[in-house]
Parts: sequence; structure tokens; C-alpha cells
Amino acid sequence: MEILVILVPLALMLGGAGLVAFLWSLRSGQYDDLDGAAWRAIADDEPPQEAPAKR
Amino acid sequence: MQVTRDFSHYVREAGEGVQHIDLAVEGVHCAGCMAKIERGLSAIPDVTLARVNLTDRRVALEWKAGTLDPGRFIDRLEELGYKAYPFETESAEVAEVAESRFLLRCLGVAAFATMNVMMLSIPVWSGNVSDMLPEQRDFFHWLSALIALPAAAYAGQPFFRSAWRALSAKTTNMDVPISIGVILALGMSVVETFHHAEHAYFDAAIMLLTFLLVGRFLDQNMRRRTRAVAGNLAALKAETAAKFVGPDEISQVPVAAINPGDIVLLRPGERCAVDGTVIEGRSEIDQSLITGETLYVTAEQGTAVYAGSMNISGTLRVRVSAASEATLLAEITRLLDNALQARSRYMRLADRASRLYAPVVHATALLTILGWVIAGAAWHDAIVTGVAVLIITCPCALGLAIPTVQTIASGAMFKSGVLLNSGDAIERLAEADHVIFDKTGTLTLPDLEVMNAASIPADIFELAGRLALSSHHPVAAAVAQAAGAKSPVVGAIEEAGQGVRATVDGVELRLGRPSFCGAEALIGSTIVDPEASIVAFSRGSDRFVLSVRQGLRPDAQAVIAALKARNVGIEILSGDREPAVKAAAKALEIPEWRAGVTPADKIARIEQLKQRGAKVLMVGDGMNDAPSLAAAHVSMSPISAAHLSQATADLVFLGRPLAPVVAAIDASRKALHLMRQNLWLAIGYNVLAVPVAISGVVTPLIAAAAMSGSSILVMLNSLRARTSSREIV
Repeated sequence: MEILVILVPLALMLGGAGLVAFLWSLRSGQYDDLDGAAWRAIADDEPPQEAPAKR
Repeated sequence: MQVTRDFSHYVREAGEGVQHIDLAVEGVHCAGCMAKIERGLSAIPDVTLARVNLTDRRVALEWKAGTLDPGRFIDRLEELGYKAYPFETESAEVAEVAESRFLLRCLGVAAFATMNVMMLSIPVWSGNVSDMLPEQRDFFHWLSALIALPAAAYAGQPFFRSAWRALSAKTTNMDVPISIGVILALGMSVVETFHHAEHAYFDAAIMLLTFLLVGRFLDQNMRRRTRAVAGNLAALKAETAAKFVGPDEISQVPVAAINPGDIVLLRPGERCAVDGTVIEGRSEIDQSLITGETLYVTAEQGTAVYAGSMNISGTLRVRVSAASEATLLAEITRLLDNALQARSRYMRLADRASRLYAPVVHATALLTILGWVIAGAAWHDAIVTGVAVLIITCPCALGLAIPTVQTIASGAMFKSGVLLNSGDAIERLAEADHVIFDKTGTLTLPDLEVMNAASIPADIFELAGRLALSSHHPVAAAVAQAAGAKSPVVGAIEEAGQGVRATVDGVELRLGRPSFCGAEALIGSTIVDPEASIVAFSRGSDRFVLSVRQGLRPDAQAVIAALKARNVGIEILSGDREPAVKAAAKALEIPEWRAGVTPADKIARIEQLKQRGAKVLMVGDGMNDAPSLAAAHVSMSPISAAHLSQATADLVFLGRPLAPVVAAIDASRKALHLMRQNLWLAIGYNVLAVPVAISGVVTPLIAAAAMSGSSILVMLNSLRARTSSREIV
């Protein structure tokens, strides 16, 4: 059972990381346009601005 | 005369040499539009940001300060095929957005805490029935407390604040039992953990907050969206005026930047955006949006003009006056204020439910404690059971029952072209059983139509349309549009107040007053419609007469029939003259109608119906309808309505058809039905769960299962509001 000392804090840290990521995404405005975000995911990528040199 | 466009009112500094403007854009509805607009705008040099918000139908633009004129973006969008208008975010909308974000943050914290506490609770539940040591259990409980207490303190703020506000005002609301339940559950759990007890309710308390925050967030999001749409509507109406900035120089400026005393130019075919007095010029104006009267009124020096009037023939200079100076407006404003005050505050379904709920639940918990003490249980055990009753009855499902339906129903209405101005509009619309229509601009379309186009040879009609393109007169514009004319006739000359003439292949063409075209003789024989404006067309010696008027909305007849089929009383109250109203009522088969009605008369009629117990839906667009829109149980306006009316109406519908009225009634009735069903589901759940709680056998596991089960059931039931009803008409 000593393993709990490692596993429980680890689980909480993972959860905490998720929360921090959520708060960051909220702050950077990623929930401002949910309809648009749904479409952007399937939209074609923008054509390259500069001609790609390598092939 | 030099004309400039001034957008500086809308541009704001976004720091470090970057300027920012928001534009409301019409017609953005898919990924293709988004990509097209963003690429098109980004291609302009010095633009640093061009991002479309599809939810709000807006574009945010940033560019290096001083390098670009914002007018260029609007022109670029026009080239791409989108109409865009500069946009000013209202402070109310900013507040709604901030509140929405705060709730989402609370929800994130609560959801995080729920998941982690649940991770600790499940070992305890399974350990309790197997081989868990008491020390391990205590350790897990203390860890749960470590997560749940700060999380609840943060995520519970919306409820605690609202409950505190209610209590300091010596009233109660839904948040009072919620706050009491959460705080007691947490407090009891800490005490129990101290005493090495088997059960703690940290998970139940924090899960409750999570579910309730979902409901709260949905509710707030709907309000935010309504605000955003209202903001766009204001921008799409493009309220600008041509203001004189020098003796011979005018600038197109937003209405917000115009002050009393300024002088604005009103050209033929333009809608006046301000209230004021004519100081120079002579014209006819169409005041149908203000009075419902479709006949034109003469405007000359000294005539008062109101925002919403359409200038017909001549150019006018108008001195802007403060709103209250204009007598007609003052009268309407007074009636409107009275109506708004008299409007008894509607008790929303949620408020009615919570008013019944809180006392019942608190009494049950108290009786449970007393009952167990009398039955000989220890105080500690009795209180634990009482708190368990509070936890299990906490209005989880009740808090979700209404906002979830409202959100989904308003989304469905949005799709069928109806926007909500207020949250409880759905409930009130569902109760409506009598509809009063205004005629001008509501049953009829605000734009003019050529009524006898079919009786005129197609080539002649097209020629007339092309000639009409050279005139600003609204009647000419209607002819041009009906004929689908694209290329104007070369060398056309407009004679003010008479018409347009041109010579093509040696033949003279004329379009205008019958006398201008020598067609007086034709009028008596062909046109009998008292409401129509007559415009004549001549080619050489051939003469034709066109009858132009406001037509009924294309589906008006079908909509009236559909309303009758729904057992709704229908009548017309119009400020227009009797023959015009009579004709419309006859065409639509509405037996009850009254013409020449003043705003005060309309209110009197609504009051009379109210006394009889009818719930009136008022549908109107004119400024003269604004007071009655406020007086009615619920009200609707078309998008073309006067500013004041649109702001007063509970719902606004888009487009030319009248069908959204029926669609909205159907959707709201269905939504109300689902709300009631949800409330019954929530009550049914309590009827099952409360006896279990009173008998003292509730474990945290049962509480968690019951709470999430009922919440999910209610949410799933609400989703049914999305399925749009069959064909409306």
C-alpha cells in the first residue's frame, strides 16, 4: 500500500494539469466561437503563403 | 459636395501601434465563408489579424495604426459578397461575456474537483465492504476534503452570492436551499471525518455544484448570445447619417456621434436616422414606420421628421433635435413608460417552482431530525440523517430542468429565423391565445411591389426598370427591382418631382407621374386600388400604368390559416386608413379588424382583452406599436421594425415570410411542455428518493447515483426540444 504515497499525488497532479490547461484555453479565447471552431477543424488548410522550396 | 466616411468612432487602440475594429457581417454561415473572408482580408498589406467569429457573425480586424482606412475593409468584404457594418460592443454585452467566462471557470474547477474526489470516494465505497483499514479511509477522506473545500469555496461563488443577496433583501430564491445544502454537507463531512466515520459527502456536495453550474452556464450563455444578436441587429441597421462638417462638406457618421443642433442631409430614398426639423428643402416623406399610415406626407421647412421616416422625392436638410422635443415621440414615450411600469413582473416557471420547493424541503429535513430524536436516536445520528435529506433533495435536476430546455429551444428558434430578446419569452409565448397584428410592415412587407407587372409586356417592363435605375425615388427603385434591371439607360435625366426621361434609338422614354408621361387618361380605367402609388411609363406614343404598393407577406394567408387551426384568436389593429385595412383583412379572411387606431386605443384594446383573461401576442413594427408591444403579454417584431419597437419586443423575426410567427409559437409550446415534464421528472425523483433518505439508509454511493441519474435524465429529455416540428404551414 506504500505505493499510494506516489500514486495519489501523481493522480492529483495529472488532474491539476488538466485544470490548468482548461483555464489557459479559456483565457486564450478558445471557447469564444464554438460554432466556428467546429468548422475550422474540417476546413482545408490554407494554401502555403510562400512557394514551398523542398519537394 | 465632398462626402467622406468616418469610422473613427468604432476604431480602438489595441496597444503598440495596432488599431482594432469589429465588424458585424451579414451572410456568414459556413466554413467556406470563414476561409474566404479571412484570406481576403489578410491579403491586404499591414493587416495583422483578421478573424471571423461564426457564432456571433463578426469579424475582428487589427492593423498597423495609421496605415489603413477601415472603410477599405468594408469595401473589400463587399467585393467578396458580404455586407459588413462597423460595430460597437455595448457595455451590457461586455458584462455578459465576463459573467459567462466566470461561470465556465467555476464549472471547470468544480468538474476537476468532482472527478478527483470521485477517484478517492470509489476506493472508500469498495473498501467499506471489503478490507479497508480505518486509517486508510480517513486518509482518503482528508484528501477529499483538501480538494473539495477550496473548490467549493471558489466554484460555489455564483450561488453563495445570489443567496446572500436574496437573504439580505429578506426574500428567498433557488440559491438559498442550494447554498445551505452544500455548506451543511461539507460541514457535516468534515465533522464525520474527525470522528473516523464510514461516510463522508464531499463527493455529493461538489458533484451537485458541477451539475448546477452546467445549468447556470447554459442559462447565461443564452443571455450572452441574445445580447450579441441584439448588438449585431443594431449594427446591421447601419444607422449613419450624412452630417455637414463644413458648409459644403458632408461626412457619413454613425448616429451615436451626432448631437442635437447638428445639420444632416437627407437624400431621396434614404431613411432618416435622427429626429429633427426640416430647415431647407421640400419633399414627400413616408412615415408608415412611425404611424402605420401608408400615404405620403409633405415635408417642408418647419416639418418635424422622426427617425425611421423614408424620404421620397426631394433633398432635405434637417436640424437634429433632442428626442424629447418632438411631440409625437414624447406621447409615444409616455405611453411606453406607462405600459412598462404596468407590466406586472411575470413569475417565471423556475421562480414559481423554487418558491414551493425551498420551504417543503427544509421542513422535511427538520421534521426528519425531530422525528429521529423523538424515536430515540442520538442527536448526532438524527442530524446526519437530516443533512442526508437535504443533500438528496438538493435541486440538481430542478436547476437543470428549465435552462437546458430554454437553451435548446432558443437554438431551434434561431434556426427558423426568430431571435429572443428576453429569457422568459418562451414561457410567455407558449401561453399566448390571441394574436393582434399591426398591418403596415407586419402583415405587409415594408418594401414596395409592382402589383400589375403581369399585365405589361415583358420587354416594356424591363425597359421601364432600366430607366428606373436612374432615379432615387423609392417607387422607381421598386420598379427597377421588380423588373430585375441591371444596366441603366444611358443619358437618363431626372426631373425632380416629375420623373426620369431618356432617348433611346430616337424614341423618347419617360417614367414618372402620369401627367409627366401624358397617361392621365389611363388611370381611371386600369387602377382601382386606393392604396397604390401610380407610376406611368411611356415609349414614344405607347403608354402604360404601373401600380406600386406594399404587398402582403408572401405566406401571410397560410400563416393566418395555420394560426386559426391552432385555435388562436386573430385581429388587426392598424393606424392606417379604413379602405387599406379592410382590403388586407378581407384578403386574409380576418373578420376582426379596426383602422385608424391610435397607440392609446391599441393599449385600451389589449387591456380589454386582458380583463377577459386572454393572453395577447402583439405583432407590430411601427413606432406607434411600441407601447402596445410593451403592454401585451408577449410581443414580436419583424427585423425591419422601428428601433424602439424592436427593443421593446420580446422576439424579433427575420426575413420576408411571416411563418416564423407560427414556428415560434409551436417551438415555445413544445418547450413549455418539456419544461413542465422536466419539473415533474425532478419531483418524481424526489418522491422516490426522500423516503429512502428519511429512513436513514442513504449512503454517499446512493446519493451520487441518484443525483447524477436524475440530472442526466432531465438533460436527455431537454434534447427533445431540438427536433423541429413538422412543416409549419
